[in-house]
Amino acid sequence: MEKRELTCIGCPMGCQLTVTMENGEVTGVTGNTCMKGDIYARKEVVNPTRIVTSTVKITDGDKERVSVKTASDIPKDKIFDVMKDIDAATAKAPVYIGDVLIENVAGTGVSVIATREIAKV
Amino acid sequence: MKTYDIVIVGGGPAGLAAAVAAKEAGNDSILILERDHELGGILNQCIHNGFGLHTFKEELTGPEYAYRFIKQVLDLGIEYKLNTMVMDIAPDKTVTAMNREDGMFTIPAKAVILAMGCRERPRGALNIPGYRPAGIFSAGTAQRLVNIEGYMPGREVVILGSGDIGLIMARRMTLEGAKVKVVAELMPYSGGLKRNIVQCLDDYGIPLKLSHTVVDIEGKDHVTAVTIAKVGPDRKPIPGTEIRYTCDTLLLSCGLIPENELSRSAGVKMSPVTSGPVVNESLETNIPGVFACGNVLHVHDLVDYVSEEAKRAGENAVKYINEGCRDSENQDFIEIAATDGARYTVPSSINLDRMSDLLTVRFRVGDVYKDSFVSVYFDDERILHNQKRIMAPGEMEQIILKKSQLKEHEGLKKITVKIEAE
Ligand SMILES: Cc1cc2nc3c(=O)[nH]c(=O)nc-3n(C[C@H](O)[C@H](O)[C@H](O)COP(=O)(O)OP(=O)(O)OC[C@H]3O[C@@H](n4cnc5c(N)ncnc54)[C@H](O)[C@@H]3O)c2cc1C
Ligand code: SF4
Repeated sequence: MEKRELTCIGCPMGCQLTVTMENGEVTGVTGNTCMKGDIYARKEVVNPTRIVTSTVKITDGDKERVSVKTASDIPKDKIFDVMKDIDAATAKAPVYIGDVLIENVAGTGVSVIATREIAKV
Repeated sequence: MKTYDIVIVGGGPAGLAAAVAAKEAGNDSILILERDHELGGILNQCIHNGFGLHTFKEELTGPEYAYRFIKQVLDLGIEYKLNTMVMDIAPDKTVTAMNREDGMFTIPAKAVILAMGCRERPRGALNIPGYRPAGIFSAGTAQRLVNIEGYMPGREVVILGSGDIGLIMARRMTLEGAKVKVVAELMPYSGGLKRNIVQCLDDYGIPLKLSHTVVDIEGKDHVTAVTIAKVGPDRKPIPGTEIRYTCDTLLLSCGLIPENELSRSAGVKMSPVTSGPVVNESLETNIPGVFACGNVLHVHDLVDYVSEEAKRAGENAVKYINEGCRDSENQDFIEIAATDGARYTVPSSINLDRMSDLLTVRFRVGDVYKDSFVSVYFDDERILHNQKRIMAPGEMEQIILKKSQLKEHEGLKKITVKIEAE
């Protein structure tokens, strides 16, 4: 039996959760005050995901960089691979919110999209 | 120079939402003055997501959230001037501002909306001993450098203060390849959101040391090491608990203060608790026709509340212009007082005639309270007693007052908001 300690992010209570697992399957969650904590813990130990936000270098734009995000969450252990692709990318102005700047970033199947507008100069 | 009914000082989320609301309330003579070269305020540098869950029911990044409002301002044809610094607001609501094209100019406004936002507490107020070498930044300055200019201030980082901007920057610099060694927080609790502690520190194995402060900064020209120590209940360092970290950067994230130099010189009455103006139910200051909203009024943690508050300020400014000054000499105000753990309320007085059917009163608590009650008294009678599982200084609380309820209490003089153990 395996045990994992987590802090619930569902509300400011920040309950200390203990998840017990057997062969990769969750067998129990304790320490949560409400169901939200239970749901969070099960997802977090089996398949933790995050949105990654950063910036991408721009050419011919009225700004040096454009802010970007992954269009949906990516697996947590891919964060640094995603960052590597983002840091290597450049985009050409003009850029509009929602424009896809990188497709299938780090093989996750998720694209990286612009979160602000950059005018061409 | 053209004249305008409503001049809005600041083009951040507060100024933008106030402008949109004023326009939608029927006023066509609105001008936004912004000292930066673009609209959107501080949100332009907050590139992480988590904004707008309340307003748009989706998680946006700062620039996306700002753009939703910028777009409305553009679509509604609301006028604005960029690179324009407001220098003075006179008690008669004459606004003096300056930019390259127009030089110095004045606008005799009928109503003014203060939306200047806040800035970070300067380092001077922190009393850290040692030299003043390069490599010390406020977390907000670092955020601007990394996210707007694409410049990394350093590679090995110590952060003092666990406010949200510091936590966000711990993650941001880690993602860009820096090593964040520790976040030290003077208080026994973090001022930041739980979510940020988990997703910005725990995710990357960055330690958070509560009840710790910086006691030494080494390096003559540039920071080379920082020493932190545990503090006792008196917040004084305990000898023998020092830990030294080699680093090239120290970020300070020690809270925000409303930016109110202009308000003060206009004669606006200020609250010593919030460092923002004292306002009534209409978010109007002691100067009739001068309104305040957003971080200049009190520091918010959720931009959604900023937008909602600013909308009310915009609507009330239009009402004021249409109806004129509605205060008479012998008018009764109901005072709202904050005691026993509640630090302040916004607003802090109510004119019952002008009050809308429902009024949101926001406040903050001074400590962490578990399983305590938010109580509201009408004079000596307790009319609300709500148990909350947790309240913390980092999270804004609110109660909603009903006009009908206030009216039932004839002769009501004072409403008190307090935290009670039972
Ligand atoms: C450094 C920093 C980082 C932040 N990061 C986050 C974050 O990551 N997440 C989060 O939820 N919240 C963050 N906040 C809080 C955030 O500021 C608010 O949620 C929101 O932006 C407040 O809106 P506002 O319009 O009141 O203020 P601001 O966005 O600060 O807008 C005020 C505007 O007024 C302008 N102005 C000020 N004085 C004058 C003058 N004299 N003349 C003309 N214009 C003037 C300023 O240039 C600015 O554009 C941060 C705040 C700061 C200070
Ligand atoms: S388990 Fe429930 S009460 Fe506890 S932190 Fe999570 S959401 Fe809040």
